[in-house]
Amino acid sequence: MSTRSRNIWLLAAAAAIIAAPLLIPGLGGEFKGSDDRGTEAIAEARPGFEPWFKPLWKPPSDEVEAGLFALQAAIGAGFLGYILGRRASKKNVADR
Amino acid sequence: MHIMEGFLPVGHAVGWFAASAPFVAVGAVRMKRILQERPEARLNLAAAGAFAFVLSALKMPSVTGSCSHPTGTGLGAIIFGPSVMAVLGTIILLFQALLLAHGGLTTLGANVFSMAIAGPWASYAIWKLLRGAGASIAIAVFFAAALGDLATYATTAAQLALAYPDAESGFAGSLIKFGGIFAVTQIPLAIAEGLLTVVVMNALSGRAGQADEITVLSGEAR
Repeated sequence: MSTRSRNIWLLAAAAAIIAAPLLIPGLGGEFKGSDDRGTEAIAEARPGFEPWFKPLWKPPSDEVEAGLFALQAAIGAGFLGYILGRRASKKNVADR
Repeated sequence: MHIMEGFLPVGHAVGWFAASAPFVAVGAVRMKRILQERPEARLNLAAAGAFAFVLSALKMPSVTGSCSHPTGTGLGAIIFGPSVMAVLGTIILLFQALLLAHGGLTTLGANVFSMAIAGPWASYAIWKLLRGAGASIAIAVFFAAALGDLATYATTAAQLALAYPDAESGFAGSLIKFGGIFAVTQIPLAIAEGLLTVVVMNALSGRAGQADEITVLSGEAR
């Protein structure tokens, strides 16, 4: 199998693994963050627990938070795409 | 894997800072040396950081009905060794603590230990072990990245179990509880991360399957 078709199969498999819980009936649930569930488990085990330090700044709404997460992903993907693109164009020049 | 701000007792928070600090310091020295001595590796180092930056921002659904995110630290640990990921992971966790209120400053030491130290070291150990046993690059990359991701979440579960042992069943009972929340949710995501890491490693090297590709990426060979 060529590298390209192997990559496509690997990406398809990764996408299927992530999509499965959303698509297969019976699986899934609320899809809350595991970090939040961990926090809840602490609150359950220690009723009346109060964190002793608060975040210095909190995104004012879920939308702003989602936007900042998207920004983080965009910065990473942008750099990664630039580097991979540079690599590919160099190789093409060398092949000529 | 983020322990939220203020959720670790002061003693634990300080202890994890003390445990993480030497790894980050050694990583910084190593990273400086790589940047100085191997300029051709600079872009690959940036790529490893960028990969972790993207993946740790993506919250994905899992079969347990929770969402969680991969870590993306295996790629850099395989190419450059685990130390540099301590530095890159700390930068990511700081970004998330300050801008996203995800994780925290008081829990930074603990979160750095799980995502930027335990995960990358597990990845590196599995990579070396499998390559030593004669596994192909793709197989070794897959297991190194997937199990490193899982190791991070198992570490988080252990950290919380240490801080909040169950009143009756103690550390073990609490470990099972937090392990169920973090590590089990993570299994499918870890597999997906392993597959993705193989693809990105292929794309970075462009020479899949060649034994020397990783040393070329790290700038140790040309």
